[in-house]
Amino acid sequence: MTILVTVNTVEHFFDVQPDEVLLDVLRREGYLEVKGSCHTGDCGACTVLLDGRPVASCLTLAAKADGHTVTTVRGIGDQAHPHAIQDAFVKNGAVQCGYCVPGAITSAKALLDENPDPTEEEIRLAMDSNYCRCTGYEQQVEAVLDAAAQLRKGDRK
Amino acid sequence: MSIERKGFRHLTEGSYPATHVVGKSVDKVDGYALVSGAPMYTDDIAARDFPNRLHGKILTSPIANGVIISIDTSAAEAMPGVRLILTWKNTPRTFYTTAGQGWPEPSPYDNQMFTERVRFVGDRVAAVFADSKDVAERALKLIKVSFKEEPAVLDADDAMKPGAPIVHPEDPKGAYDAAHNVAAHVDINVGDVDKALAESEVTISETFQTHYAQHTPMETHTAFAYTDDKGKIVIVSSTQVPWHVRRIVSRVLDLPMSKLRVVKPRIGGGYGTKQEILIDDLVACAAIRTGLPCEIELTRKEEFVSARTRHPMKIDMSIGCDKQGHFRALKMYVLSNTGAYGSHSLTVMSNTGSKTLPLYNKATDVRFFGDAVYTNLPVPGAYRGYGATQGYAALECTIDDLAAKLNMDPIELRKKNMIRVGEGSPIFEALGEGRQGVAQTIKSSSLPTLVNLGAEAIGWMEKRGKHVRSGHKVRGVGMSMHMQGSGIPLIDMASASIKLNEDGSYFMTMGATDIGTGSDTILSQMAAEVLGVTMDQISVLSSDTDLTPFDVGAYASSTTFVSGGAVVKAAKAVRNQIFSVAAEMLGEELDQQLVIAEPKVEWDNTQADPILSFYRMEDGNVVSVRSGKKVSVSGIAYRAYYEVNQRQIATTQSFVSPYSPPPFAAHFVEIEVDELTGKVEVLKYVAAVDCGVSINPDLVRGQIMGAIANGIGFALTEEYHFGSHGNMTNPSLFDYKILSRRDMPPTEVIVVDNYEPTGPWGAKSVAEIGINGAIPAIGNAIFDATGIRLHRTPYTPERVLAALRGKSV
Repeated sequence: MTILVTVNTVEHFFDVQPDEVLLDVLRREGYLEVKGSCHTGDCGACTVLLDGRPVASCLTLAAKADGHTVTTVRGIGDQAHPHAIQDAFVKNGAVQCGYCVPGAITSAKALLDENPDPTEEEIRLAMDSNYCRCTGYEQQVEAVLDAAAQLRKGDRK
Repeated sequence: MSIERKGFRHLTEGSYPATHVVGKSVDKVDGYALVSGAPMYTDDIAARDFPNRLHGKILTSPIANGVIISIDTSAAEAMPGVRLILTWKNTPRTFYTTAGQGWPEPSPYDNQMFTERVRFVGDRVAAVFADSKDVAERALKLIKVSFKEEPAVLDADDAMKPGAPIVHPEDPKGAYDAAHNVAAHVDINVGDVDKALAESEVTISETFQTHYAQHTPMETHTAFAYTDDKGKIVIVSSTQVPWHVRRIVSRVLDLPMSKLRVVKPRIGGGYGTKQEILIDDLVACAAIRTGLPCEIELTRKEEFVSARTRHPMKIDMSIGCDKQGHFRALKMYVLSNTGAYGSHSLTVMSNTGSKTLPLYNKATDVRFFGDAVYTNLPVPGAYRGYGATQGYAALECTIDDLAAKLNMDPIELRKKNMIRVGEGSPIFEALGEGRQGVAQTIKSSSLPTLVNLGAEAIGWMEKRGKHVRSGHKVRGVGMSMHMQGSGIPLIDMASASIKLNEDGSYFMTMGATDIGTGSDTILSQMAAEVLGVTMDQISVLSSDTDLTPFDVGAYASSTTFVSGGAVVKAAKAVRNQIFSVAAEMLGEELDQQLVIAEPKVEWDNTQADPILSFYRMEDGNVVSVRSGKKVSVSGIAYRAYYEVNQRQIATTQSFVSPYSPPPFAAHFVEIEVDELTGKVEVLKYVAAVDCGVSINPDLVRGQIMGAIANGIGFALTEEYHFGSHGNMTNPSLFDYKILSRRDMPPTEVIVVDNYEPTGPWGAKSVAEIGINGAIPAIGNAIFDATGIRLHRTPYTPERVLAALRGKSV
């Protein structure tokens, strides 16, 4: 079947199998910033935004994205133009191996879009499904607090 | 220097040279690529560069022990899209170890690519390479295997009993006594421990049992191989040990090293599990046979079932002391379960003693002995902490029980017996990595400060022994003390090359393997410091067996210390070459002996680097100390490359050290036990750590935090469950519970820098030590809260509740 999906503001027609998940389709189409890990929806590494809401792309059928908008971490910001959250992750030492980070940043983006001034507890809750085995989370939580403060000041996006 | 913010305190003890890049929390050199998800992990590169590659899937054993009577692959081979099937019938029969260790490997050669025998549920039976994962998976189901099942040994306690099934009847080379399932054996004696125990005024003996657990890196083991345009097989692998992969695969496949290259891209976490050759042999073999790029990416389930785990250990710990608590005797016996293969069996077990017992060096009589036994269970290997984690579980809990017996504060008891600056331990010399060790004298230690600061941060004096109760919940505090090492002395070798570019920037290649730890960053900091430049003037390439010099790899907490030593030497050597050209340009004398002398890593307060009394580096310039004149390093490069007496300014240096200075740590925890449910909640965790000079404090903090998170999971929630056939029954991240963001308790990291004179810029290691504290500190806190001592891990609600109800656990 053919689906029409807007990925990071660009419209695409993708040929997909009815049982294919969004993660596999995105990676096949070159969106390699979406990382697979558990493939059972437990770890959050593959998180993307579907119409602005975070979903585990390993559990989301690609067909479900037909007619919808998908945002990957590269749609949030890239190396040349990092988003405030990405900057804050680097500046706060919140990245070690980095494998969980695209998913974690994507969840953080969804949170800050909805709640620009979250408490630490709200951050931990919103990103609870994003496992990280390297950092012990503390510096990632600080990074999101830092990014939220930057964004509230309005001098960057 | 003192940095203080919530959750992190960074302090300094003693004095040492001022630095401009070292000691700063600079950005990770790969940070922005990582946060934008750049295609930099193994599978990303395979997908980008080889969209039409073959995908490999491994058929694994459904039984714990037995022999393959017949294996019929014809139906699978006939399936469209199937390109290659590997079994014991068509692969080399070479015996090897999957442990990625230095040569000669201290682990037994008890592994073959495939054999007629299967030894655990999850063992390799066959591999299929096909046009897609889907086809490969369906082909696996068409392979007809008939097994003759044999009785299995599923409990380490049974392994050495007469009549037990023998896991390795072929008697592998390097196994201690395969006929009795003993893969490795250690027995180290200092003095006469039994006599000392008999004569001690107070003695204590306890037995602790630790459990099966796993690293669970977010990126599972992944590797692919292809043939390059000169006929070379290139393996791109999520490995911690590229050189060991090349050496072992070369031997297994009988492939000359000139025809094999191993590249390590970015790695999605290792923690030891990627110090293992699990799939590299398969993808290389398949690439040769098919002529096509071939990849294997383990699924999460395969990672749990077939990859590596932590050695479960049963440890008998005895201590003898006088009534004042002065240790005289330490006796530790380890029964280590090494599962179906002896990967790291000897060395992990050796570390259980060698990284723990020297901490209490006042004991005059010490015996450390143990057996690592084969069972028909999943295979343990290297895992952060590397045996010390299990050793500390036993040692540090026993010390608290001894303190209770002596009616003494556990901190006071430890302070009486702990190792201090200027002291050694006979264990250092008696016991190394499975062989004789190297004598060590402690040259730096903040341990006394760590204990004091940690006690203060947790509120030890106010909370210890108070049993503060709120309804059915009762609180307690506990602590533990630790050391680890910094590489394996006189064994681990690393090297680095640096060359100068015309604009005064540098290119550094090194074998050091950044597995997410940030070693590319901190090693660049060390080079930048020597060369007097900012971070942007150093670019790095690491871990490619063709393009970079040798390094043993990322293990044994070696990278900062050993690879750092190589980087500091290379930076000094290239700096001296630059000084030599500067002298030419300025028309000044410079003794060439100073230029070519082997650079030192160690720092000697009384004897400064002699060449620095002639020239020094400053912001990309060379400044003459004698004349005050200045020439730019860029000008030096242009002259050396294009104008006069032309030559390349570059060097390769390597480092191997007789020292392995231990980092130190004191962990403190406050917990609450729910006596109704048995649930243990960690209310606060404090880790005070001395890792020498923190080259990058934010990355140091991250290493400690990550190790604590993993350690608490190991102590409370992470555990392999087995069915009656030795089959793991919870192989998913849903059923195997690692800590999430909300599970992580408020945690304070206190780092007390202390210049280690043998280390590069005063650094020691930090990667492993942080994982050793959670089990004993939480166990001791449960004891403080309830008076109950748990001798089995993890401390699950079921176990705690059973113990509270007086049942044996």
